[in-house]
Amino acid sequence: MATKEYAFYPGCSSQKGASASNYLTSVEAMCKTLDVKLTEIPDWNCCGASIGYAEAGELPRHVLNARNFALSEQHMPGKEIVATCAACWLGARETRERLTHSETLMADTREALKEAGLTINEMPNIRHMVEVLIEDLGFDEMKKHVVRPLEGVKIAGYVGCQTNRPFGVDGESFENPQYLDKMVEMVGAEPIPDYEQKVTCCGGALAFSEPEKAQAQIKDIVESAYDHGAEMIVTPCPLCQANVEIYQGQVNKRYGTKFDIPVMYYSQLMVVAYGGDAKAAGLNGQVIKARRLEEIAAKPVKR
Amino acid sequence: MSANTAVAEKYRNNFLKEIEEQVEMGDWVKMCMQCGVCSGSCPTNFQSAWDHPPQELFMMIRAGKREEVLTSSSMWNCTSCYNCIVRCPRKIPITHIMHGLAEYAHRIGMAPKMQATRFFSGLFWKNATHTGRVNELKLSLGLYFKDGFVQGVKNGMAMQSVALGLVKAGRLNVLELFGGHKCKDQKGIHAMLAKAYEIERVRKAAKMAG
Amino acid sequence: MADIKVAAYICKGCGLGERLDADALVKIAQKDGKVPMAKTHDFLCNADGVAMIKNDIANEGVTHVMIGACSRRAKTEAFHFPENAVARANLREGVIWIRPDTDEARETTQEMAEDYIRMGCAEVKAMTAPEGNPNTGGSKTLLVVGGGITGMTTAIEASKTGYSVVLVEKSGELGGWAGKLYKRVPVHEPYKSPADTGVADLASQILADGNIKLYLNATIAKTDGSPGKFVVSIATESGATHTEDIGAIVQATGFTPYDMNKLPELGGGKSANVVDQAGLEALAIDAASKDGVIRRPSDGQPVKSVVFVQCAGQRDPTGKHLSFCSGHCCNTSIKQAMYFKDANPDVDTTIIYSDLRTPGNGEDFYRSAQEKGVIFTKGTVAEVVPTGNTSTVKFNDLILGDADASIVDADLVVLATGQVPNSGVNIDAPAAAPAEAGAEPKVEIKPISILNLNYRQGPDVPHLKQGFTDSHFICFPYETRRTGIYTAGPVRRPMDIPQAREDATGAALKAIQALENAELGRAAHPRSGDLSFPKVRLEGCTQCKRCTVECPFGAIDEDVKGFPLFNESRCRRCGTCMGACPVRVISFENYSVNTVGAQIKAVDIPDEFSEKPRILILACENDAYPALDMAGMNRIEYSAYVRTIPVRCLGSVNTIWITDALNAGYDGVMMMGCKSGDEYQCHFVKGSELGRVRLSKIDDTLKTLNLESERVRDLEVAITDIQRLPEMINKYAAELVAVGPSPFKGF
Repeated sequence: MATKEYAFYPGCSSQKGASASNYLTSVEAMCKTLDVKLTEIPDWNCCGASIGYAEAGELPRHVLNARNFALSEQHMPGKEIVATCAACWLGARETRERLTHSETLMADTREALKEAGLTINEMPNIRHMVEVLIEDLGFDEMKKHVVRPLEGVKIAGYVGCQTNRPFGVDGESFENPQYLDKMVEMVGAEPIPDYEQKVTCCGGALAFSEPEKAQAQIKDIVESAYDHGAEMIVTPCPLCQANVEIYQGQVNKRYGTKFDIPVMYYSQLMVVAYGGDAKAAGLNGQVIKARRLEEIAAKPVKR
Repeated sequence: MSANTAVAEKYRNNFLKEIEEQVEMGDWVKMCMQCGVCSGSCPTNFQSAWDHPPQELFMMIRAGKREEVLTSSSMWNCTSCYNCIVRCPRKIPITHIMHGLAEYAHRIGMAPKMQATRFFSGLFWKNATHTGRVNELKLSLGLYFKDGFVQGVKNGMAMQSVALGLVKAGRLNVLELFGGHKCKDQKGIHAMLAKAYEIERVRKAAKMAG
Repeated sequence: MADIKVAAYICKGCGLGERLDADALVKIAQKDGKVPMAKTHDFLCNADGVAMIKNDIANEGVTHVMIGACSRRAKTEAFHFPENAVARANLREGVIWIRPDTDEARETTQEMAEDYIRMGCAEVKAMTAPEGNPNTGGSKTLLVVGGGITGMTTAIEASKTGYSVVLVEKSGELGGWAGKLYKRVPVHEPYKSPADTGVADLASQILADGNIKLYLNATIAKTDGSPGKFVVSIATESGATHTEDIGAIVQATGFTPYDMNKLPELGGGKSANVVDQAGLEALAIDAASKDGVIRRPSDGQPVKSVVFVQCAGQRDPTGKHLSFCSGHCCNTSIKQAMYFKDANPDVDTTIIYSDLRTPGNGEDFYRSAQEKGVIFTKGTVAEVVPTGNTSTVKFNDLILGDADASIVDADLVVLATGQVPNSGVNIDAPAAAPAEAGAEPKVEIKPISILNLNYRQGPDVPHLKQGFTDSHFICFPYETRRTGIYTAGPVRRPMDIPQAREDATGAALKAIQALENAELGRAAHPRSGDLSFPKVRLEGCTQCKRCTVECPFGAIDEDVKGFPLFNESRCRRCGTCMGACPVRVISFENYSVNTVGAQIKAVDIPDEFSEKPRILILACENDAYPALDMAGMNRIEYSAYVRTIPVRCLGSVNTIWITDALNAGYDGVMMMGCKSGDEYQCHFVKGSELGRVRLSKIDDTLKTLNLESERVRDLEVAITDIQRLPEMINKYAAELVAVGPSPFKGF
């Protein structure tokens, strides 16, 4: 397969020293194996995220995303934009839909972009990394590179909200998307297809502002994974990962539970299955250590 | 005249029209058929966080209950999970309307004063647009210190273990307090956003005048 | 009676030959059935088998044919010998398909088959081939009563089919309620705005149609006769009466809006600014003729705000008002709100509903109204208080949980009051009780008869409990209990214009079928095409009038001496008269007390030591018998001890059959009939109910015979009871074992 090239929009949380930096580490290793070339959009900015709504207004929010489109077009004309973060993908994609369907909004956006010396001529396609994996590469191609199957590891596929709604991955249902389970299967681990908290909300930004409400949801998500005998949880979204992982201690305090389950990115599973070491998979970035994966990552690769 | 009294005067007896013209996606409110699927799909409504779930807010708008709607804390409970949107049989963009209502209430100064999510939402936007990228450390600290220095230290202590875990895992950098990630063309971003705010303000004012 | 020659034919196809001893069956037919000719055939329903039977009829003088093969419901075209009496022994669905193919079961299965052969031979000998009702009339003209949408559509559709029509309209113009509408709910894409009513077009089609004779300002003074030969007197305004010969009748007399004066709490009758939906149409038509602005009746000021109150006096659980939903009113209010919004979007229009019902494309119409800014509020209106030129509408807001919600300063309030059928006199109503002393005198408008039928049972067609005309709502929606008279449109159930038009088309076709059948002397539904008709031996009649009273279809009048006078063309051939007759003088050529009685007696009853009980099943041929056949098709096993005889209706069951069966030593009798009562499923409407009333008195008979009440079982059966029926049979068989054998065996 020829190298696939994309304009890359990593997003704030993936930056060095930020909450999803280990996500980026593993994505880089994964893409190397799969011969996917990601070129970062120069000087990209924040998508505004859903939670910025109180101040954002409509046009400023879209203008913010449009700036990234304009930069991408300027430096990598014709390339599709790939985001790894669910919120970045959703925010950018929403802007794309709105601008495409409203001439007024498009004209206003162009006028504002002028202030930053930018313009948009063509609307780029906005892709999430899992879309690239599933649609552009396919499960067969992804599976080809598995040299260290995660045999016997039971993993709850937690899809969450924003990679799933309102756009979702093409062909998947909102209520029971299957792709994450298929990815778990692809890396040789055991999926839990009837994990009922698969698309439950982690609380999003309320984890910061109203932690008790978010933690009630996090408790359900983790508890169900335990009930199904999961050894770890996997997710495609940075905020889902962070919320479900880092607040387990607080949930334990609040509810008297003893949760201690690692929460991984799909890309981390893939890097380990592809023969990468713990560092390449960003396993050192886990607040709750994924011992089982670390053990597997330490094993020699079957070739 | 405050922002609120100006619009209140203009849209007297027609709160629905006010929402249609001033709130993002507000012209969808009239299309609600009161099935209640949104209310039954909302994760925080399961926790009875909403005094008025979306279905009810729509009905209140039609019934002209302006004060009750705009001062409500309900829509600030939205987690942006988009469950209501995908399930609405009328395809009403409910999530966006909730955000829009919150934004409008905030804009005209009617939103509940110390509502935590309102505070965090504003903080987030300012944080993100200040340098063009989010500074997670400043964002967290800003939230902890929203109720003053003493409370801030307490909040910080309560979150200490979480923060320490992140620092150890290399996912929270204390150096972020001094500068941190940022865009190069901050000036351009600020000018662009200022222009966007101005265009939006002019458009909304025109609707009100028209 | 001419000499009869019976032939029995035993089929060996479909596995019958393998599962049964066909030669033994032939011997049974000859010995016990006493038929001179009995044959087997490997495949009786094929061309060769049928040719064999036809040859015997033509060349061997066979007059009566007994076919031992499949169910009488199968292969009806192959085994169609209209000149001959034909009986069918159900060996396939009734025997081999409901029994296991095992060595142990072989004996009881064979016994079952042998009994059915005995029964078939006995039945056919008691029959003659039906010759058809000679007392027919051949009028091909359709009378349509009512010139609204339904009536006009019926007339046009019938005329297009080639039949002449007499259309009678009470008022001076065509159109009915639809003619009083400003616009109608749309029926075409994109379902977004009110549309032209189309009444003018229909009316001009009627006037231009030479096949349709129109009487305006006219009513029906008298209806005499029966299908194919009704004689109808039409009274006109001038006082002249015209007589028309009519083949069949469609009554399309529509509805009247529920009287809003009965709703004073909703402001009905209290203010000119509170109107019903018809009142609003009048205001809209008036506005359209002027400047297009709908005005407040009290002072002529333009309406700035209007409130629509749904379910006003409808869906009322208290029993004070209409209990039902009229179906059209939600869409009608939406349409009326659009009258305002389309003219001036600034008019406030609020529809207060408890459940908005806009089926089908009404959903698009509803959405369109929302887009136009009509406000929909879920609530129940408690009170409308008119003051001066406006009203306050007080309601319970069901979404906001606000019991004291209100809308003030409404210029106009529209009450959606629903449809009251114009169904004429309720012939089943008990005579009015004298008013209690001190009670307020009730002002009741006495309903005026519509058809003025010269029938013993009363002047109009029977009503359902809500006042709508009784139509067989499950199976035959237009059929009333007066054969050849069909009702269509809102007189038979609440409906809107598209439904009424569809109804009209259906009723026109049913009426045409009825008059064609009547000319040929055949039955209308559900025994469509049946040539048999009731014959009475008047010399045995005791003038007890049970047949005339019980006939569900008003087919039997009485002559001056009180003898029954059969109007064969009105008869549906259900046999209720036959079941009712205490002296058993009523019979059909192919269905009589004898044809069934002979079968009951033909069964070989084993003695009390054999441990082989016998259960007689009398199964309604419309639901229970097909359900049993289908159980067979699904190979669901049931007891080998039952012997089933199909009956035309539970109403045709004469209690003598039960007495005979018990006397003959049967251990039990199961009656299988359709559901009766208000939710009836009986094809003859009242048949199963009347049958059950008769059956309720069987306990006396059992006591006289000193028998247990378990010996007779009444079972309500639907055609879908394919699984349940075998279970019930087996359960009953087990119960009877517990009761013990009948003491009458061997007498």
